[in-house]
Amino acid sequence: MARRIGWAALLAAGLLLPMRVYPVLAADILAWALFATAFDIMLGYTGLLSFGQAAFFGGGAYTAGLLTQRLGVPYPLNALAAALAAGLLALPLMGLAIRRRGIYLAMITLAFGQMVFYVVNEWRSLTGGENGVQGIPRPALGGVDISSSTAYYYAAFPLAVLGLLLCWRIVRSPFGRVLLAIRENDVRTETLGYAVHRYKLLAAVLSCALSGLAGGIWVINHGFVALDAVHWTTSGLVVIMVLLGGMGTRLGPLVGAALVLLLRDFISTWTDAWGVVTGTIFILVILIFRQGIVGTIERLLEARTRPAPAPAPAVEEVASPHRS
Amino acid sequence: MPDAAAILETRGLTMDYRDFRALEGADLRVQEGTIHAIIGPNGAGKTTLFNLLSGLLSPTRGRILFAGQDITGHPPYRIARLGIARSFQITSVFPHLTLLDNVRLALQAGTRHGYAFWRSDRVLDQFTDEAMQILASVGLDRLAGRPAAALPYGQKRALEIGLTLALRPRLLLLDEPTAGLSLEDAARIMEPIRQVARNRTIVLVEHNMGVVAALSQRITVLTRGRVLAEGTYAELRTRRDVIEAYLGGAA
Ligand SMILES: Nc1ncnc2c1ncn2[C@@H]1O[C@H](COP(=O)(O)OP(=O)(O)OP(=O)(O)O)[C@@H](O)[C@H]1O
Ligand SMILES: [Mg+2]
Repeated sequence: MARRIGWAALLAAGLLLPMRVYPVLAADILAWALFATAFDIMLGYTGLLSFGQAAFFGGGAYTAGLLTQRLGVPYPLNALAAALAAGLLALPLMGLAIRRRGIYLAMITLAFGQMVFYVVNEWRSLTGGENGVQGIPRPALGGVDISSSTAYYYAAFPLAVLGLLLCWRIVRSPFGRVLLAIRENDVRTETLGYAVHRYKLLAAVLSCALSGLAGGIWVINHGFVALDAVHWTTSGLVVIMVLLGGMGTRLGPLVGAALVLLLRDFISTWTDAWGVVTGTIFILVILIFRQGIVGTIERLLEARTRPAPAPAPAVEEVASPHRS
Repeated sequence: MPDAAAILETRGLTMDYRDFRALEGADLRVQEGTIHAIIGPNGAGKTTLFNLLSGLLSPTRGRILFAGQDITGHPPYRIARLGIARSFQITSVFPHLTLLDNVRLALQAGTRHGYAFWRSDRVLDQFTDEAMQILASVGLDRLAGRPAAALPYGQKRALEIGLTLALRPRLLLLDEPTAGLSLEDAARIMEPIRQVARNRTIVLVEHNMGVVAALSQRITVLTRGRVLAEGTYAELRTRRDVIEAYLGGAA
């Protein structure tokens, strides 16, 4: 019952958000909440620390942006195409990357991210290079008018919610149980009869496709996309959001994303150095609450009822290249 | 006996770790339905042999045959699916998952509920009863809701065996199941193993000669990566070289 009320409150908060903050920021929160939650399938639930997620978020954003600008592909088909493109891109890249573990996985994904950045930067005829893709219109299926920011927010909302529900289902599915097992002990998982590489690849492809969807939602919100979408700082930001909110928790990434974006918006009204401030807050939170905000709250709540069934791993457990 | 079908056979199995030869030309024949012990001093290559048999390592040379099929170089998951399950000398379980979830993962492994990312994990409730039975057989049913990390050492060893038994394999590779256990805990762990041994094949690495003598039909003695001798306990206990290499301390 309390649970139902919680979800209803969250849904209501989502629906009322554009009345509290300006609609473009509200839709940004939707997109980044989906991006972070999708990334947590890899980071928190499978133990795959990727530092190249900008390739999939940004790749999705460029795909949706170009399809809309050049071919007039309407919403939500453009956002769904972004998901497809990011998933296809993940197949070879993550297929190679997941052969490595821990810090080596982080390094190889960072390198792939840089490669994608390079291609986007050089392929000027398609991507506009440093200028990016500008003036992306907002056509919608069935001729619905979503040109105002508020209308777009309510158009993006159901798609983002569906994406979030899929993320939450994935981590609480029979497949998700195997991912947890891989996070805990991949050698034992393999010797039980699970093809660990295939599981990791499917987890990564799903995660990256949903990140692409987030990129699509994001680009249609802004009407333009430039190189920062595929820059490594975007990969870093999503890692920070997940760690801040609490990896391996259901609401952590969403909370982390909302917090970072609101903070950035608030702080950038009086200083350009918002990165320094968010960075400091991030370091403080991680030092004091290793499980992130939601992870720590869950810990405290569970400590009062019963021993924790599957607490999220601490930061250093995922980052270290354990065994062989 | 020598004519009976070998369920597991190795031919000239050799394993080099960089420039160190941990196993050299090992020939092994395990008859179906027996408990076959592998004994040998520390560093003899027993765990290395298991890592090769379970696919965690690929041999430098030699072949592995299981039920007539060449499984050399197969990945571990495929070997597990063919019916070879192993336990680990150094306990290897899922620390943050409950005991129930640990065992259910092993049960789920043999089904088609692996990649179903769109279904609710409630479909796994169908494995709960069976998982509880397995936990009961290793004396852990009362702790089913606890995370594995919270268990004391002896019970972690029991879970290790429970995970392996849950796979219901044709062949079990047990790497020192009683390592570090008190006599009482060791007996408790050996009991379910004795039960499943009735209709399965077991290869058992064990330092406790009492357990080896009581349980195994055949024994292979490994020293420094080579097979020194093979036979029954009665045959081997009188051999000088075996006693010198290993039994010396125990007999
Ligand atoms: N990954 C490795 N790299 C290099 N050498 C190794 C490796 N694993 C084992 N060895 C060496 O190979 C030899 C055999 O080791 P193994 O673990 O197979 O012995 P064991 O018979 O299981 O011993 P114990 O009774 O102590 O468990 C040892 O000398 C060991 O130091
Ligand atoms: Mg050993």
